[in-house]
Amino acid sequence: MQVTMTVNDVEVTREIEGRLLLVHFLRDTLSLTGTHWGCDTSNCGTCVVWLDGEPVKSCTVLAAMADGHEVRTVEGLAKGAELDPIQEGFMQCHGLQCGFCTPGMMMTCRALLDKNPDPTDAEIREAISGQICRCTGYSTIVRSVRWASVHEAAAAQEAGAQA
Amino acid sequence: MTTVEEPRTSTFDDNDQKPVGFGRMLRKEDPRLLRGRGRFTDDVQLPGMLHLAILRSPFAHARVVSVDTSAAEAAPGVKAVVTGETLKGLGLAWMPTLSNDVQAVLATDKVRFQGQEVAFVVADDRYAARDALELIDVEYDVLDPVIDVRQALAPDAPLIRDDLEGKTDNHCFDWETGDADETEAVFARADVVVQQDIVYPRVHPAPMETCGAVADFDAVEGKLKLWSTTQAPHAHRTLYAIVAGLPEHKIQVIAPDIGGGFGNKVPIYPGYVCAIVGSIVTGKPVKWMEDRSENLISTGFARDYIMRGEIAATRDGKILGIRTNVLADHGAFNGTAAPVKYPAGFFGVFTGSYDIEAAYCKMTAVYTNKAPGGVAYACSFRITEAVYLVERIVDCLAAELDMDPAELRLKNFIQPDQFPYTTKTGWVYDSGDYEPTMRQAMDIAGYAELRREQEEKRARGELMGIGISFFTEAVGAGPRKNMDILGLGMADGCELRVHPTGKAVVRLSVKTQGQGHETTFAQIIAEEIGIPPADIEVVHGDTDQTPFGLGTYGSRSTPVSGAAAALVARKVRDKAQLIASAMLEVTVADLEWVKGSFQVKGDPGKAVTIQQIAMRAHGAGDLPEGVEGGLEAQICYNPSNLTYPHGAYICVVDIDPGTAQVKVRRFIAVDDCGTRINPMIIEGQVHGGLTDGVGMALMEMISFDEDGNCLGASLMDYLIPTALEVPDWETGYTVTPSPHHPIGAKGVGESATVGSPPAIVNAVVDALKPYGVRHADMPLTPSRVWDAMRGRATPPI
Repeated sequence: MQVTMTVNDVEVTREIEGRLLLVHFLRDTLSLTGTHWGCDTSNCGTCVVWLDGEPVKSCTVLAAMADGHEVRTVEGLAKGAELDPIQEGFMQCHGLQCGFCTPGMMMTCRALLDKNPDPTDAEIREAISGQICRCTGYSTIVRSVRWASVHEAAAAQEAGAQA
Repeated sequence: MTTVEEPRTSTFDDNDQKPVGFGRMLRKEDPRLLRGRGRFTDDVQLPGMLHLAILRSPFAHARVVSVDTSAAEAAPGVKAVVTGETLKGLGLAWMPTLSNDVQAVLATDKVRFQGQEVAFVVADDRYAARDALELIDVEYDVLDPVIDVRQALAPDAPLIRDDLEGKTDNHCFDWETGDADETEAVFARADVVVQQDIVYPRVHPAPMETCGAVADFDAVEGKLKLWSTTQAPHAHRTLYAIVAGLPEHKIQVIAPDIGGGFGNKVPIYPGYVCAIVGSIVTGKPVKWMEDRSENLISTGFARDYIMRGEIAATRDGKILGIRTNVLADHGAFNGTAAPVKYPAGFFGVFTGSYDIEAAYCKMTAVYTNKAPGGVAYACSFRITEAVYLVERIVDCLAAELDMDPAELRLKNFIQPDQFPYTTKTGWVYDSGDYEPTMRQAMDIAGYAELRREQEEKRARGELMGIGISFFTEAVGAGPRKNMDILGLGMADGCELRVHPTGKAVVRLSVKTQGQGHETTFAQIIAEEIGIPPADIEVVHGDTDQTPFGLGTYGSRSTPVSGAAAALVARKVRDKAQLIASAMLEVTVADLEWVKGSFQVKGDPGKAVTIQQIAMRAHGAGDLPEGVEGGLEAQICYNPSNLTYPHGAYICVVDIDPGTAQVKVRRFIAVDDCGTRINPMIIEGQVHGGLTDGVGMALMEMISFDEDGNCLGASLMDYLIPTALEVPDWETGYTVTPSPHHPIGAKGVGESATVGSPPAIVNAVVDALKPYGVRHADMPLTPSRVWDAMRGRATPPI
């Protein structure tokens, strides 16, 4: 079957098997290997991408279900050369070690900040509770999100002051 | 696809300039990982690449009567189907394990655990390969399995390893350490003896990235290129040379980015060998990537020790002796990855951090119809089990003596002036100063205040527990005179080359799985020769590019390879000094090293930088007599001893009396890993290990039903902590440098995994004191805690 979707602002059309999972479509068909495959059972969340702006676990979404929709992956998180504050927060606060869960974590955390720019630590933990990180112990991920939240607020204030 | 512009570098460049050496520094590996541009094994895509899937046994113990592959071979997209019989013809049906046992690559005679490899399919894509597995018809003659480890040596137990000549039972090995008679004498005259049966259940490292490989055999060149999820690329290459008979110089093992290892990626798995065979058979690159269930049911598990602990003491709390008897479940093949003379790993450090008079351990290891493995999950070669035993039994003693567990530990610590300290089992602890570490943990926790709070809560019927654990680790295997893996000495090579413009490349034999080697090793070189970390490229994980060494596990990278890096840098610096003396026209003795340059003593204005020296080393003009051009060196470092980090951990739990749910409210970890290279990375390592500890203590267990079906075969069944199960970690540190390590560093990667489970269990048992509970085995799930509260705690196996 043929699917057409927008991935990281670029429209793509491909001929695929109907059973192809979105995670494999992104990784194998489009060579967007930043999204990872970890468990098949929706438990680990390393495969999280956005489908129309909502975080979904792409190991349990068929590529066909994304037909006509918008997908965003970790490769579409930075704005060109500029890292997203979430990415910068993970770097500044050591929110990653092996980096395998990181793309999914960051997609979830970016979505959280878009809805709730100033989350509490408990809200951050709740937001990432469908995902597993085996390296960091989560404290540094929480700090990374706080870093992004604070810096985005400061940047917004600065932009407001300039305007 | 997406256009990715060049990353903005200014922020990071600035950060990388400071410090030139030790201290917090952001990681050099992060920019690629944050952008989704890491390269993990499953990211490798080669032209014409095929995909491999493995058919696994549904039974724990069965004879393989026949394997019919005809339907699978005829399936669309299938390029090859290979069985044990095929491999037998190639002499590849069996392979050596890292413990001098053998393991079936694909079963020929019997399957010996559920999930064992039986056949594989190579096809155009991963879906077609999986489809074809369904078409392979295997006829099994099902046999009784050995699942209950306590029954493994029963006279009527089914024989598992009939492949081993002369084998008549399921005995794997016996091992003992310490002095049985001396220990018996000490126990006989002790005021108090406490005995406790303690189980450390089977758990699994479950790294986020499962195991896999891409094999690309070039028949014309005779060269095999293998990308694989290995923590020990050089050791694997040598073993492939031995197993497959390929010449070692024609094998290139590449460990690209690794999504967590924790010991799970030390052994060679049948899947890697299958991928190699698949590529040889088809003449194409072949990728094998296991799924989560395959990872959990077939790859290296951890622990599975049934221990009886005994401790002897005086009435006033002086510990005299510790004795233990262990029954170890090694699964169907002894796949333990440990130095060969240490079949029980470093379990011999079970005497802990205490100055005692005698100790003895007797261990029996057996085969069962379960997956092979044993040493994994950040265990420092079984020190997790040893520390759990001693820290649990010390708490049992404290309860018996009605003594505060902190006070009991403080009373028995090895004292600073006793180091180097030789334990009763023969381990030489290099350095330690335990009391300040313990006091700091108690200060951060507010220990006295916590005890007051507990008393008040107990009076109100609330369940609050405070658990302490104090551990001494033994890491950095190891001195080659007595430590090797399959005859390969546990030394590590390092090469450092300074280019003419003063930039450098350092090549390591170890391999990061998230520990940040690209950052810390650049910092070590920077500390020694003053070249900024940003100017140092760290190359690792490719056997064609790096010197030989045994890889990253057992927290050995910093103690062994880190020492190699420091010493190779000093060799370069020594040569730089000779060149500097010629440049400044003074004697070598007239020069002093001020990080980054050699200065004439007493005349700081007269100096040359390492960068200027590098240019001179490669440039025109004469060099001093006997000095070759270039500025580079290599080394193979053989450690003289292990390093012995220590730490004090305090855990505070609350238990809901209505549901028996344990909540870890606080966790305080004070670690001493000697000299600290990058505190940010050290803290990260500790946090991760503490989370493992919560997992093992409260949630994680690989269990089996009576038929040998694995009951932890998915992440829905094998529960790993999320952000909701763990607290915000509180950390502190002390610094007791290692006297024999060139920079005094000790290694920290596994400290928290080793040290945290007993603190959590001790806290839960402490909370349950009003119920008269003295011990409860992990995992302390609500149902197991509920049972303990009602006096019917049972071992998990």
